[in-house]
Amino acid sequence: MNAKPKALMALDVASWALLAVSVYLVLVYAPMEAVMGNVQRVFYYHVAAGWVGMIGFLFAVFAGIMYLARGDRKWDVMGLAGVEVGLIFSLINIVTGSIWARPIWNTWWTWDPRLVTATIMELVYVAYLMLRQGIDDPDRRARFGAIYAIVGFLSVPLSFFSIRIWRTIHPVVIGSGDAGAQGGFDMTAGMQVAFFFCLFTFTVIAVDLLWHRVRLGFLADKVEQLKLKFSS
Amino acid sequence: MISARNLVKRFGLKSVLRGLDFEVAEGEFVGLLGPNGAGKTTFLRILASLARPSLGRVEVAGFSLPEQAAQVRRRLGVLSHQPLLYPDLTGEENLTFFGRLYNVQNLPERIRNVLALVGLEGRGRDLVRTYSRGMQQRLAIGRAVIHDPDILLLDEPYTGLDQDASAMLDDVLRKVTAEGRTVVMTSHDLVRAQDLCSRFDVLTRGRILASASRQDVPPDGLQAFYRRSVSSLEPGRAGAHDG
Amino acid sequence: MTVKSAAKRPAPPVSFLSSMWAVVWKDLAAELRSRELISAMLVFSLLVVLIFNFSLELNARERQEVTAGVLWVTFVFAGTLGLNRSMAIEKDGNCLDGLLLAPVDRAAIYFGKVIGNLIFMLLVILIVLPIYSILYNTNLFVPGLLVTILLGAIGYVVSGTLLAAMSVQTRTRDILLPILHLPVVLPVVISAVRASTYFLQGQPMDLIWGSLNLLIGYNVIFTAAAYMLFDYVVQE
Repeated sequence: MNAKPKALMALDVASWALLAVSVYLVLVYAPMEAVMGNVQRVFYYHVAAGWVGMIGFLFAVFAGIMYLARGDRKWDVMGLAGVEVGLIFSLINIVTGSIWARPIWNTWWTWDPRLVTATIMELVYVAYLMLRQGIDDPDRRARFGAIYAIVGFLSVPLSFFSIRIWRTIHPVVIGSGDAGAQGGFDMTAGMQVAFFFCLFTFTVIAVDLLWHRVRLGFLADKVEQLKLKFSS
Repeated sequence: MISARNLVKRFGLKSVLRGLDFEVAEGEFVGLLGPNGAGKTTFLRILASLARPSLGRVEVAGFSLPEQAAQVRRRLGVLSHQPLLYPDLTGEENLTFFGRLYNVQNLPERIRNVLALVGLEGRGRDLVRTYSRGMQQRLAIGRAVIHDPDILLLDEPYTGLDQDASAMLDDVLRKVTAEGRTVVMTSHDLVRAQDLCSRFDVLTRGRILASASRQDVPPDGLQAFYRRSVSSLEPGRAGAHDG
Repeated sequence: MTVKSAAKRPAPPVSFLSSMWAVVWKDLAAELRSRELISAMLVFSLLVVLIFNFSLELNARERQEVTAGVLWVTFVFAGTLGLNRSMAIEKDGNCLDGLLLAPVDRAAIYFGKVIGNLIFMLLVILIVLPIYSILYNTNLFVPGLLVTILLGAIGYVVSGTLLAAMSVQTRTRDILLPILHLPVVLPVVISAVRASTYFLQGQPMDLIWGSLNLLIGYNVIFTAAAYMLFDYVVQE
């Protein structure tokens, strides 16, 4: 437990290596998009970050369900890790989206369902952190955290659809596009390579970060335990 | 009537109860004594089905907790130092509400009897908000026994009461327990415990490590017994008791 | 006089519905006495409506467009006050423990609180609507609007009661409820405002059904979720 596991070290190295390759693929290898130009390249990281953010939150929901079912503290540590990783990558997703939207939609921000939903999801899990902060009893903190992670996640798709009843201008690159969408494009083979490579890279990085965060949580528990042992 | 085996309760990483064993026979009145933070309230909350043990087995009135909590709750009355009453309802309305939750038969008659028992006959129609602390605590006893429970759990029932109110509470408790109920009471008040209890258990650091029946303790000897029990385990904290 | 009754067997367990109604009755009786919850919500609502009047400089035409928004913001904020108070009553003096000691289904306690909160909220709405109607000379007695308000209020209270039961057990209780609740109740607010506006404008139903269905879906999903999760909110 105390020594850093070999597999985690390997994952660290892999994350750095993949990230370096992905920079090359995104900036050099992938062809320039004809209409949007170089700014389109932000799209590779934008989608990958959104995807990983979602994985983080989903992981937290799963950990929440497991905690309520089993009552094992380790699921609480994992849930918190999922939320923290999810929050960081969702933020990257929103910021990169804004950078792309400025030249393409001619605005940093628009009240589009995807943008708003991503922001709400971010707020839900900021609220999750505030809830945890307001509770001293660790068992109750874990229980309420698990409940809120689940309840918050249930509301996210409903928020999306309630806004969707308005029209959307966000492009749908994969699957069928919306006629009103602006900034959509078809991916060429080179773009697809960069795109899927980025997805893979970010997934590996997210797993690496999750692992680190969970390990940190377990170590913090251990410190707490030692403190209790010494004080009594 | 009550039995706990190897009971462990953890809050996060902190163990409050550490392998506690406890046994109460029908009709006993057990005083649960111990310094602050020993785990008395936590233990009582587990017996009351309000908290779940982390490990170990608990049986109350022949039903195991937490699986058969509903069965246990029907046979259990709890009185704590907080009245657990609604201040914006009258005494009668409070008893009516809790009586309904326990599905008490002949509720109006039962409420009259209970109010008489706790000496609140003329005050049933007054808001609990207007009651003195002592009256609230007496009504709380009424709430605890409204469904005629076999077992009573009392958590520091004397906290915050003045001399008169305490004497009155003594009186009511004696009446309520004279009828063969099994009682477990935590208290800091060794004098009262000596008066009321048929057995004394000392809970220290999450375990019960000393127990004596009323016959084994000479009159006025409970203080000495308690000090001996606590100091033998924790020499440094013998004086920490603030009863 | 003996207090110990003859029969030694405890009373048969109380049914789900009667324990639920006992909780509702208790809340209504206490509120009838103190009137603190409804009067606070009501005065607050009227103040919000007044503030909107001056902050938006509402003229007759713009008023039509924003009426639904103003009303829902008012209800949402006033509702937060009500939910907080209703749960604080249970937490003060630890009455919640008293409830939990009783041999009743925890879900009955939850639904009892939901119904009580819903009654308080609808009462406030029923008073605010005609007052708004008179102040701004707008007809609000559109059946579709009233249905939307009912559906929206149910969704608001169903998720709000669950979260209030949690927030009241935290250190930061009063300020935490809106932070927890607003992002979760957003679908209700969006759909309700949309449907209300369309109803007030007399738009055709096929524009409105989407929002109404979403409200119904939200209510079903969150009722089911709260039913399953409330046990975990109160158990230790």
